[in-house]
Amino acid sequence: MKPVSIVEGRAVPLERSDVDTDQIIPSDWLKRVERTGFGRGLFGEWRDDPDFVLNLAPYVGATVLVAGPRFGTGSSREHAVWALMDYGFEAVVAPSFGDIFLNNSAKQGLVTVVLEPGDVEELAQVVKDEPSRLVVVDVEHLRIEVPEAGWQRTFSLDPMTRQRLLNGWDDIGLTMRREAAITLYEASSLAPNLDGIFDDAGHVR
Amino acid sequence: MAARTLYDKIWDEHVVASPEGEPTLLYVDLHLVHEVTSPQAFDGLRLNGRTVRRPDRTLATADHNVPTDPLSTPVADPVSRRQLEALEENCTEFNITLFPRGHENQGIVHVIGPELGVTQPGMTIVCGDSHTSTHGAFAALAFGIGTSEVEHVLATQTLPQQRAKSLAVTVEGPVPPGVSAKDVALAIVHRLGTGGGTGHVIEYRGEAIRSLSMEGRMTVCNMSIEAGARAGLVATDETTIEYLRGRPGVPEGAEFDAACERWRTFVSDDDADFDAEVTIDATTLVPFVTWGTNPAQAVSLDGVVPAPHTIADPDQREATERALAYMGLEPGTALREIPVDVVFIGSCTNSRIEDLRAAASVAKGHHVAPDVRALVVPGSHRVKRQAELEGLDEIFVRAGFEWREPGCSMCLGMNPDTLKPGQRCASTSNRNFEGRQGRGGRTHLVSPVVAAATAIKGRFASPDEVGA
Repeated sequence: MKPVSIVEGRAVPLERSDVDTDQIIPSDWLKRVERTGFGRGLFGEWRDDPDFVLNLAPYVGATVLVAGPRFGTGSSREHAVWALMDYGFEAVVAPSFGDIFLNNSAKQGLVTVVLEPGDVEELAQVVKDEPSRLVVVDVEHLRIEVPEAGWQRTFSLDPMTRQRLLNGWDDIGLTMRREAAITLYEASSLAPNLDGIFDDAGHVR
Repeated sequence: MAARTLYDKIWDEHVVASPEGEPTLLYVDLHLVHEVTSPQAFDGLRLNGRTVRRPDRTLATADHNVPTDPLSTPVADPVSRRQLEALEENCTEFNITLFPRGHENQGIVHVIGPELGVTQPGMTIVCGDSHTSTHGAFAALAFGIGTSEVEHVLATQTLPQQRAKSLAVTVEGPVPPGVSAKDVALAIVHRLGTGGGTGHVIEYRGEAIRSLSMEGRMTVCNMSIEAGARAGLVATDETTIEYLRGRPGVPEGAEFDAACERWRTFVSDDDADFDAEVTIDATTLVPFVTWGTNPAQAVSLDGVVPAPHTIADPDQREATERALAYMGLEPGTALREIPVDVVFIGSCTNSRIEDLRAAASVAKGHHVAPDVRALVVPGSHRVKRQAELEGLDEIFVRAGFEWREPGCSMCLGMNPDTLKPGQRCASTSNRNFEGRQGRGGRTHLVSPVVAAATAIKGRFASPDEVGA
């Protein structure tokens, strides 16, 4: 993935709680075998409403999504992250996220910022007051700010996720350096494998 | 050694490496694969010249977008067909055992693992599907992963993982008659809320859990993710062992005895500490129906649709208003007065033989209400064959239910089984999210017996209303 140290752009407030991954990208889109092109499906039928916040002129082209509590819960579909990034989002700010969504975001380089609910509301207000204001998410210094409004907060990110974002590391490559440890583990593993259960056609022997 | 939880024991046994300042590298004993979340992962392998490290620890099935029409009907949707073909091509290329549409072992990924006996206590199991938590009913640490992680497991058979916190959910006392495992699951999600389990692995404990069958325990563990927890666990006991005995993936004779001895160690130590504990009194449980657009928004079948103005928390009030608008419901309406258009009995939550037996016992001798479409979708071909052996298919068909081929079906509407805009469905599945079962569709989560009674009455109903 591409390294990310700073996300700087306009933000859009999505003032809804429990936006699950089915809402982020409806299942109809999951039939595709590609990894790109999901941006058009982002937020499904909400997008058909001309008054939906993403459709409002001042927010078109925003790269930071300010979301409500429990964003990205539900289905494990990484397509949700692909859709957000394909649309153009580079960071999501929320009081809390679904666990699998957080993992998927980290793998793709979508920056997730957890702030206190009150701080997320403040940020949403700062953006609503003047949608042209730039929001800066600094992964290096774990800081989010709206310089024009003099608004600033710090956030935390687990050290490994931060390092991976900053360096654009490929997880699989990192793990493959532990080949010897994996082989050693396998030699002593007691867990059964599928050997001998099925024939070549998948029937039980 | 200090007292350990069941989660601790499984975790400790699967640590490959725990480098300073980095997540632990955890070994994956079994990787279940399906057509939806894997094609991009296989592409990633090819792109980087990587291969599947352990095909013998990888098992694939087609479930999410297979049609449930008769098997002679081709897959009409070209995009779905392409995805199913891609799975076949990928499994052939990487030498992975696959159960494609129509195969005798095909079914929903979380139904086939247990019924084939390849889900066993003490294992780590992952799948690109959030309902992988189902397998936790067997004291296996099982959780859903995204496609990047699928690729990671295919390539390395491991995953970098942060240790989760432990949450004990104890359901004390006996479950009252008429209350099913689904009601226990909905009650737990209602109690914890959609985020209550975030960052935690739940261990379900207590008399009510112990008294559940393996099918019932799977229903409870299945919905862990609806409370935000990636995994749910139930300790091994004799119910676990008796379920596994004789299944294809389970050893026989002395090897079975040795396996049992090992499996019995996968319980929490008596004095183990949990990071959090929640206790629920099973004797207070009732049949539940969801009224909103997340699984925690549930009330008793005897209850009424809640009124937003009575909710103090502004976020919850707004969420309730939004949910009621989407669901087309008026506050104060009795659940039993709400008519339905569709009834769906199926999904990885409730499509096992016990679920079908329960639903059939209610449907027997009755008929689905006029204008209601009722579908029964068995979780797998094995479930379907067993049900047909017991004559359940005939009971359903005579009662006006459609008896269909196995798959995920209307749980998420990736195949042709979808709701039309505005249709209301009583569903035994796990998610009532907006549009989950089809754009504009309105989902109410219920147990199999409530679903069957509802199909007959044409409105939400309990089995006693049809004399069952």
